[in-house]
Amino acid sequence: MLGSVVENNSGEQSPEKTFALDDKGQFLERTVPTILSSFNHEPGVSFDIFALIIKPEDILSVCKTLKEDTQTAFDYLVCISVVDYLEYIQVVYHLMSTTKKHKIVIKVNLDSSKPSIPSLTSIWLGADWFEREGHDLFGVVFEGHPNLTPLLLYEGFEGHPGLKSYPLPEYKEW
Amino acid sequence: MINMGPQHPSTHGVFRMVMAVDGEVVVDVEPHIGYLHRGSEKLAENELYVQVVTLFDRLDYISNLNNEMVFCRTVEKLMDLAIPERAEYLRIILCELNRVASHLLFVGTFGLDTGAMTPVMYTFREREKIQTMFEMVTGARMMHNYIRIGGVKNDVPKDFHRRMQDLISELRQGIDEADRLLSFNEIFLARTKGIGTITAEKAINYGMSGPSLRASGVPMDIRKDEPYSLYDRFDFGIPIGENGDSWDRYYVRVEEMRQSLKIIEQAMEQISDGPTITSTRLVLRPPKGEVYVRGENPRGELGVYLVSDGTDKPYRVKVRPPSFCNLMALKELIKDTYIADSVVILGSLDIVLGEVDR
Repeated sequence: MLGSVVENNSGEQSPEKTFALDDKGQFLERTVPTILSSFNHEPGVSFDIFALIIKPEDILSVCKTLKEDTQTAFDYLVCISVVDYLEYIQVVYHLMSTTKKHKIVIKVNLDSSKPSIPSLTSIWLGADWFEREGHDLFGVVFEGHPNLTPLLLYEGFEGHPGLKSYPLPEYKEW
Repeated sequence: MINMGPQHPSTHGVFRMVMAVDGEVVVDVEPHIGYLHRGSEKLAENELYVQVVTLFDRLDYISNLNNEMVFCRTVEKLMDLAIPERAEYLRIILCELNRVASHLLFVGTFGLDTGAMTPVMYTFREREKIQTMFEMVTGARMMHNYIRIGGVKNDVPKDFHRRMQDLISELRQGIDEADRLLSFNEIFLARTKGIGTITAEKAINYGMSGPSLRASGVPMDIRKDEPYSLYDRFDFGIPIGENGDSWDRYYVRVEEMRQSLKIIEQAMEQISDGPTITSTRLVLRPPKGEVYVRGENPRGELGVYLVSDGTDKPYRVKVRPPSFCNLMALKELIKDTYIADSVVILGSLDIVLGEVDR
């Protein structure tokens, strides 16, 4: 049996949790601010990974610097996710280094009404389909992408299903 | 322009390629996916955490247990939940068995792609034995829903040890048999050696992972780089290829099967009695936050990015599928090859459309 029966669940809040960086994250916390000193960035923590919040216009130069700098050497793009927090849309980039084995999370907040951000296909070829999917499902425009056509949805689909405003279908009685 | 349509005996699922050909040589290819898009990520926002495990079952429908394990590890990491040791061992044993089953399917269908119609009979016979074992333990041949948040669903039957010893020896013989039939066959070598080569730097730039990346010479395996669960207790090797062509991608998987059997044997020796699940609530409420967890699936790195807002349903579940990233390299791999070779290259990447489309 999977644990105890549902009891006492109405209105109960989950416990708060504080997140701390592991040792690789602490190394990045010391070195990245000096490398990116010319850009406006905010450090943070994403569970135990060092995170950065930067402005949309800076993303190309920040990623190029992080990829080419020998101390960080982020040559592997793991994932690009788009999350819809209702007041803003956040694009989250997970990067990894195959040589130094450390990870970083870069978050960019975009305006909900007109989300648009430069594309990273010139830096990592693997950004291609992630950005097409983000455009398809959430409506985020990736400027400079060579081919921003729908990837997962069929032609003629209207709307962006990933957004919270797109309704989830209710079950109907036949 | 030739359309290799969504239904085709060799396209490993509903996958459409529109190729521009010049005689017999493919000049350009445009892959079209999305035929199997079920909106799993959006559906997951409306389900309890224990129900999301069933969605993950159906993503990569050949290695079900591995997907379940990644998701359960994600929620357990966010909740800081400790799992009983017996549950960890059972998870590892079944996940590695699933890896063997997945690679057996790959060997069989890759042989079919090149025209060898016999090895598939042998590999599927071995796969049947594995699926009988799964049915005995989990109750289902495919969509198991066995690995739960907090452990595994139920304990294994009493004759599990004896049956597993028999199964492992039979699988060893089966893998050797399929290997003898296919791997060093003249025609197979001519059809796969030097076809679809990709260099290590290009593969890393595309974000490839798993055996397709290891075949290009990059020694990246999550089980060794960031050992999760109990993988640091086992002694196993990682096969690495040299050239990055289709034959390397095939042979890396054959060797991985043998290493998986090694892991299973060691786990069967080390396992001890104990509880199999941590008692948790049915309606879980992880703390507010986000986490990204990766696991080594048979096809590569499956990543789950989970954003939780403290309620009983996830706020956002983003799945980073391995086949999605491996497939991005297809356009470059197929350029300037023959049409017949394009089928072989697609087969060697080992994609499953269930996770490409989600």
